[in-house]
Amino acid sequence: MLAKRLHLPDPLAAVTDGVIMEQVARGSRVIDLGCGNGRLLERLRADHDCTVQGVELDFDEFTLGLSRGLPIIRADLNDSLTSIPSGSFDVAVLSQTLQQVRSPLAVLKEMLRIARRALVVVPNFGHWKVRWQVVSGGRAPVTDSLPYEWFESPNVHVLTLIDFRDLAHRGNFKIVKELPIIGERAVNRAWLANLRAHSALYVLERID
Amino acid sequence: MTIETASAASHAAPDLVERQTVTLFDESQPLTLASGRTIGPITVAYQTYGELSPQRDNAIFVCHALTGDAHVAGRHHPDDRKYGWWDGFVGPGKPLDTNRYFVICANVLGGCQGTTGPMSINPETGTPWGPDFPFITVSDIVKVHQALVDHLGIERLLAVIGGSLGGMQVLEWAARYPDNLASAIVLAAGAKLNAQGIAFNAVGRRAIYADPAFKSGRYYGDEHLPRFGLALARMIAHITYLSEQSIEMKFGRKLQHSDELTYDLLKETEFQIESYLHYQGKQFVERFDANSYLLVTRAMDYFDLVESYGPLANSLGKTDARFLVVAYTTDWLFPTPQSREIVRALMEARKHVSFAELDSPYGHDAFLIDSELPMLARLVTPFLETTYRSIGDR
Repeated sequence: MLAKRLHLPDPLAAVTDGVIMEQVARGSRVIDLGCGNGRLLERLRADHDCTVQGVELDFDEFTLGLSRGLPIIRADLNDSLTSIPSGSFDVAVLSQTLQQVRSPLAVLKEMLRIARRALVVVPNFGHWKVRWQVVSGGRAPVTDSLPYEWFESPNVHVLTLIDFRDLAHRGNFKIVKELPIIGERAVNRAWLANLRAHSALYVLERID
Repeated sequence: MTIETASAASHAAPDLVERQTVTLFDESQPLTLASGRTIGPITVAYQTYGELSPQRDNAIFVCHALTGDAHVAGRHHPDDRKYGWWDGFVGPGKPLDTNRYFVICANVLGGCQGTTGPMSINPETGTPWGPDFPFITVSDIVKVHQALVDHLGIERLLAVIGGSLGGMQVLEWAARYPDNLASAIVLAAGAKLNAQGIAFNAVGRRAIYADPAFKSGRYYGDEHLPRFGLALARMIAHITYLSEQSIEMKFGRKLQHSDELTYDLLKETEFQIESYLHYQGKQFVERFDANSYLLVTRAMDYFDLVESYGPLANSLGKTDARFLVVAYTTDWLFPTPQSREIVRALMEARKHVSFAELDSPYGHDAFLIDSELPMLARLVTPFLETTYRSIGDR
């Protein structure tokens, strides 16, 4: 399980990293929540001249991040991020992790406490393949972008793009951008996005 | 320079090391202490490992804890049974890899292991200082360390590392000499000693004061030294270095001498934990001086970075050093929130900071326990390597 995550190139991760990179201005101060081995942060630092900070819980991933010379705090996103001062970052990134935390709304609030902007990539359980598997096979879905059997999935919440918009509304966040990711590209607007996108990137800000 | 003598010794047999001494702050330029008093000359006892690179950029200073000394690793003689106090962490191929780094450790000012302290001769009287030794603080200790580093011809240390009182010295170093270190590793420490820590130190000192042999600190040369008080102080302190979990694991309620309780009030060691603490106390008085204990615990009590330099984000914000802060789950002397406070300030100051709370049953002492060192190594090794590389890039 771990070996798989560490050694096989993860095509989805590469795609989402690319999409996130496009949304981060050069020289920003970026914090990546659930930064894994620090792959994205290393690119942001090297290519975008960003000042970066990681947060990761898994000890092996954390040490791999240290080996890249990255500053990383070992912390659980399910606890409040008390060691991170308010407003200390331009951008907080949460990639493919929101569906894995106990309280997504609380995490989004924390992100917009510590950063001006939140970049959130979420999987879309409204994708047609997912819907098709549930309807036709009568079974919990396993797809390229959601590759887990139900009993081993780290995903504890199931959401679609429509659901995410709802949550943003509830949290009183402004959706600055919604970029559905279809195949390997993020698009500005897509026909039937909630059916066709396997994931989406949201740019959120606080409504002050 | 003195550096050559050290490396010569380490070539002879890899784990043999010599204690060196140097005299700093001579009478014409004494050290002004935080208390306002001056002291000089100061003899510093220190040990070095590995070789200083031609660029002089690979030096790591290890700050020892309350009762530690300069003997951080290796042995002084081939027939020594005991190795230095952090031998599992310092040496060839170890996390503080002496094949790559030049490691320095010095006994603290006010100590009793070779650096000027209460047992040293007061040049004005020709007799040991004893209780007349000036009050010292963590900043005084660090000033002397820095003077040693200057003496060794090192402009900027690759790292300063230490746990507990050693971690306090690291923080002090970063605040006082922000340009003189490329990284700071703070283990099981805090930016101040909390009231609970002061409380335990107070009880330890009371034990020493109450020992009839203490005689207000003027006991040198006596037949009876304040061993009882010092041993008791150590026993109390030692409990704070352990954890409920670790003593439960190691001793539980096991009895020392028999399988049954004796119902004898005068029997002092029935449980194994009692015997263990007595042993710790007994061992300690063989190597430590009561006056030094009073002095150094007071230095620890007085340590409060905010009190000395203002908000942490300001005092720690002046350095460009990278920080690695480590706490242990069962450390109740320096609980994790104290480390988080440091991390938070560093983030506020937009500094390069990594932090982990390591899972260990061994309490405050975890950073010294051999079985826990591999876990710590997994943080310190890459942290040092990438810091060293980043210096090369500049």
